[in-house]
Amino acid sequence: MYELIKFIPLFPLLGFLINGIFGKKIKSESAIGGIASAMVGISFILSFLLFWDLLSNPIEKPVIVSFFTWIATGQINIEIAYQVDQLSVLFALIITGIGFLIHIYSIGYMHGDRSFYRFFSYLNLFIFMMLNLVLASNYLLTFLGWEGVGLASYLLIGFWYDQKFEGTRITWTGDAGMKAFVVNRIGDFGFIVAMLLIYVTFNTLNYQEVANAAASQYGTLMNSGIITAITLMMFLGTTGKSAQLPLSVWLPDAMAGPTPVSALIHAATMVTAGIFLIARNSVLFSLSETSMLTVAIVGAVTAILAASVGLVQNDIKKVLAYSTVSQLGFMFVALGVGAFYIGVFHVMTHAFFKGLLFLAAGSVIHGMHHEQNIKKMGGLKHYMPTTYKTFFVGTLAIAGIPFFSGFFSKDEILWYAFSSPHGGILLWLTLAVSAMFTAFYMFRLLYLTFDGKERFDHHHVHPHESPKTMTFALVVLAILSALGGFVNIPHALTPWVHSNPPFMEFLSPVFAQANFILGEHSHEIKPEMYILMLLATAVAISMMFLAKKWYLDPSWKKPRQLAKEHGFSYRLLLNKYKLDEFYFFTIIDPIIALSRSGLWKFFDIGIIDGIINGSAKATSVVAENLRKMQTGIVQNYALIMMVGIIAVISIMIFGF
Amino acid sequence: MTALFITLFLPLVGSLLLLFFKKENTKAIKNTALGISIATFVVSLFLFFGFDSNNPGFQYVFEAKWITAFDAGFRIGIDGMSMLLVMLTTFITPIAIFASFNSITKREKEYYIMVMLLQFAMTGVFMALDLFLFYIFWEIILIPMYFIIGIWGGKDRLYATVKFFLFTVVGSLFMLVAIVWLGMYAGETLLKLPSGFTTNYLLIKEVAQNIPVDIQEWLFLAFALSFLIKVPLFPLHTWLPDAHTEAPTPGSVILAGVLLKMGTYGLIRFNLELFPQASFEYASLISVLAVVGIIYGALVAMVQTDIKRLVAYSSVSHLGFVVLGIFSMTAEGIQGAIIQMVNHGLSTGMLFLCVGFLYERRHTRDIAEYGGIARVMPVFTVFFAIAMFASVGLPGLNGFVGEFLTLVGAFKSPFLNSHWYSIVAASGVIFAAVYLLWMFQRVMYGTNDNPKNHNLTDMTKSEWAMLVPMVIFIVWIGVYPKSFLNISENSSRALVNKLEMIKFGKPTYQLPEMKQKTMENIPNSQNNIKK
Repeated sequence: MYELIKFIPLFPLLGFLINGIFGKKIKSESAIGGIASAMVGISFILSFLLFWDLLSNPIEKPVIVSFFTWIATGQINIEIAYQVDQLSVLFALIITGIGFLIHIYSIGYMHGDRSFYRFFSYLNLFIFMMLNLVLASNYLLTFLGWEGVGLASYLLIGFWYDQKFEGTRITWTGDAGMKAFVVNRIGDFGFIVAMLLIYVTFNTLNYQEVANAAASQYGTLMNSGIITAITLMMFLGTTGKSAQLPLSVWLPDAMAGPTPVSALIHAATMVTAGIFLIARNSVLFSLSETSMLTVAIVGAVTAILAASVGLVQNDIKKVLAYSTVSQLGFMFVALGVGAFYIGVFHVMTHAFFKGLLFLAAGSVIHGMHHEQNIKKMGGLKHYMPTTYKTFFVGTLAIAGIPFFSGFFSKDEILWYAFSSPHGGILLWLTLAVSAMFTAFYMFRLLYLTFDGKERFDHHHVHPHESPKTMTFALVVLAILSALGGFVNIPHALTPWVHSNPPFMEFLSPVFAQANFILGEHSHEIKPEMYILMLLATAVAISMMFLAKKWYLDPSWKKPRQLAKEHGFSYRLLLNKYKLDEFYFFTIIDPIIALSRSGLWKFFDIGIIDGIINGSAKATSVVAENLRKMQTGIVQNYALIMMVGIIAVISIMIFGF
Repeated sequence: MTALFITLFLPLVGSLLLLFFKKENTKAIKNTALGISIATFVVSLFLFFGFDSNNPGFQYVFEAKWITAFDAGFRIGIDGMSMLLVMLTTFITPIAIFASFNSITKREKEYYIMVMLLQFAMTGVFMALDLFLFYIFWEIILIPMYFIIGIWGGKDRLYATVKFFLFTVVGSLFMLVAIVWLGMYAGETLLKLPSGFTTNYLLIKEVAQNIPVDIQEWLFLAFALSFLIKVPLFPLHTWLPDAHTEAPTPGSVILAGVLLKMGTYGLIRFNLELFPQASFEYASLISVLAVVGIIYGALVAMVQTDIKRLVAYSSVSHLGFVVLGIFSMTAEGIQGAIIQMVNHGLSTGMLFLCVGFLYERRHTRDIAEYGGIARVMPVFTVFFAIAMFASVGLPGLNGFVGEFLTLVGAFKSPFLNSHWYSIVAASGVIFAAVYLLWMFQRVMYGTNDNPKNHNLTDMTKSEWAMLVPMVIFIVWIGVYPKSFLNISENSSRALVNKLEMIKFGKPTYQLPEMKQKTMENIPNSQNNIKK
């Protein structure tokens, strides 16, 4: 049964090769899209079979299924091997499930594109790499997937490589792809160093052995410098992939890619790789209080800053991008306060509703002839009813309206941020405000796009509903966004049930060691739970009405007035805190200037070549002058000879 | 043994054969050169498959008396490390020759004679088991390379070729002095041979560690200078960008693909093996320079405006990893260095080929002249991207395996004894992505605005034929490096064991039993000892 895991990544790889090599000859869009989707579909079925098996026969220890030896020399031995456990299978299920829907959707979205086959081969490549990332049984194979999804992301962001894209020092979509890759590489540096440290500390790079070794000597390793160093470097890696501060700058520009890509890679799956990595290393992280605290603080700060930027953006995809950054921050807080399974739970619900929101946004962009500015939209609900309804469901879910999926996961995060020994009131407050912002900007987005006055140019733009291939994915994801949260209903809402919620129960073996180290969370029902829950719900609903009131007013009087009164803050948010400019000014430009004039022109050409050419020149100058002695006139030679002889004789006679 | 002989001498025979061709008959000259280089590759495959990777020592050893007065013999043989580099040479040369068909358009006869001669000497460097013979091969290489850059090079070829010549000659003169000294000391004092002098590597190898450390240091420096210039290690690298940029495409391919490896090969073969104590002394200094070179090369590559010069500086960065791996003196590091030598030959060689394809179409290497090439040359874009990502060190392609192993080696090395080398070197992965992706962005992406670029043709069949074999190996080494790591595994372990024995008194690795056969193959040396 577990051997099935070998085949899960194999089919997308096959699809990548088929479409990549023969795609140009296949020509038929339905054949290309069909092959690509089918490959992911098969992987989904296989993942589901494994999932079903784990559900009915839970395993306490991961099962390792190995393929072949990858890198083995000296004392290092790294296998291409996959790990069957609840975490890897759950992620595989999310990736292939959402991936399959988005493949179907893309058939409609990319219709008529001149590089249709290229798009699908890249998508398959992405799924293959992402599956390697989550199924790997060792760090290095995860790193292969980690870099591989980065490659797919790079290729897909710059997919329309000859189109312009606006951004700080960005002219082409390819620039945005490059930015994503390079910023991620800074994180990868952290990942590599973490791996090196793990290897010298534990003498292995296998997850299981590292976790067991660390857990068995947790007394000595607790808060040790080496564990803190490992986890902090690894966290640096996750801030790259999961777009947290200080490396969050690449994700908003990644929106240069086609919208299905934004949905799949830059919302639902790839950006959650960081959460996966920390969850996978829950034992190591639980051994370092410093690292846990860092994760929680960085997550919270990112959550609130990104959410605040989302308040004023006018590009439909940019709003969703900042929202993603912010939601990822929520997940990191969950991990940082030790509620690992809740972090993973939010990964899942977020994949549903954010995937849905992006796809719906794609449907809008498709229907609006590639218009993305929400100020030039409005009233679209009459033209694209399905898109509207599903987007509405997605908005309710992310805003945390009971009992949509986002409500359950976000509420749990807020609760643990408040109650966990690693959390605190400040952490809770930051997240609560971020959640408030989230509700506001999402309803703002909803009303500006679908409701109110039609602000687009009716002569040029004729909005229309998208084809069935696209709306199919929307409907499925809307159902999941609405109902997906019920797999993990908190105790407070079902006080009569005495077992753990199914989702938590399913993942419990994975986090058993970490929970043991951290000490079990209490499962008592406390009155504060209800207070906080009601408070959050009230805030979310009031934000809905506020946004409705402000933005259904055709003149947008209130928001305009606010923007005018608080001009500085407004521009700060609109310009995304000028983080990009700051990096260019303080880091990138100085490095380039130093490399060009300092290292290359001055040191290489000036000093090193100067010495070489200088000594060559000196030789020739000396030789040139010595040459003049060779006059060819015999008298001169005789004279010099005489001087020499006299000199020698006088030395011999008088001595020195 | 026959295979070894043919692999070594076939190119020389080819070179002599070409002398008898009429110089107008370029087609026959080209085909003969290509045919002979492919035949050499095929013969070297027999070497490869006949190679016993369990045996850490030298195989196919052959010895003939040559200059008995100072016991310089024609001694050749290969171990795991040289096996891989010989294969690299026989693999890259036919591709370079094939690439010359289009890019070399004058004085073809002389050109192909030079290339064949070059291959002969390169193979010889990797096979020589005699210091004198090694030195001769080492110096022969200068001649064809001098002419290849000087006659068939670009605009500033004279400056570049003189610079190349001077740098390398300075280095090798020191090496010559060291060889003479070493031969005398080993022959007279250590081995007490009747001739009082020997250049037999296999003999010297066994006793060289007994040379007093202060003398070892001088010898080490003399050898190292010569090799480090060739690598090139920062700050001895400035000949490389000029030589690379001015050389014709196939010249750059051979230069990057094989010639630079002679330096790193020499460091392992002579510096580590013959002067272990001095190596311990200088390991940190050289490693610091290697790490500086990794970052420095990448930063300078980033700001280049000439594509070829950019790739040239990237070599400085990549070879830094190799040197770091070597001086980590761990099996992981040395294995990583060896595989990285092969990788660099493949990926940088392929990058040079790609740049050459562009150059042949547009006759410029200025990045600003390009843009949006992906639209007119889609297939080329794919190959260029593969070469680029191999060079960036993307896992799954070859570059990653080498970089990772050298980093692991340097990180855990008991000789370097500091994590900082690897940590700083690892930051090179960031800059590698910057300079290559940025170049790719400016050349391939965007819109095709330059009217001169509107009608570029995509890859021709012969260009396919050059790149596809390289891609196969790039992926092969990336996914299943075992086929290659295994070849040199025991040779590397034996070397590490020796170093650890000297430094710590106990080796890490258990080696398979040395086969008696290898000793029987060197009858003369045994006789010498008995006397």
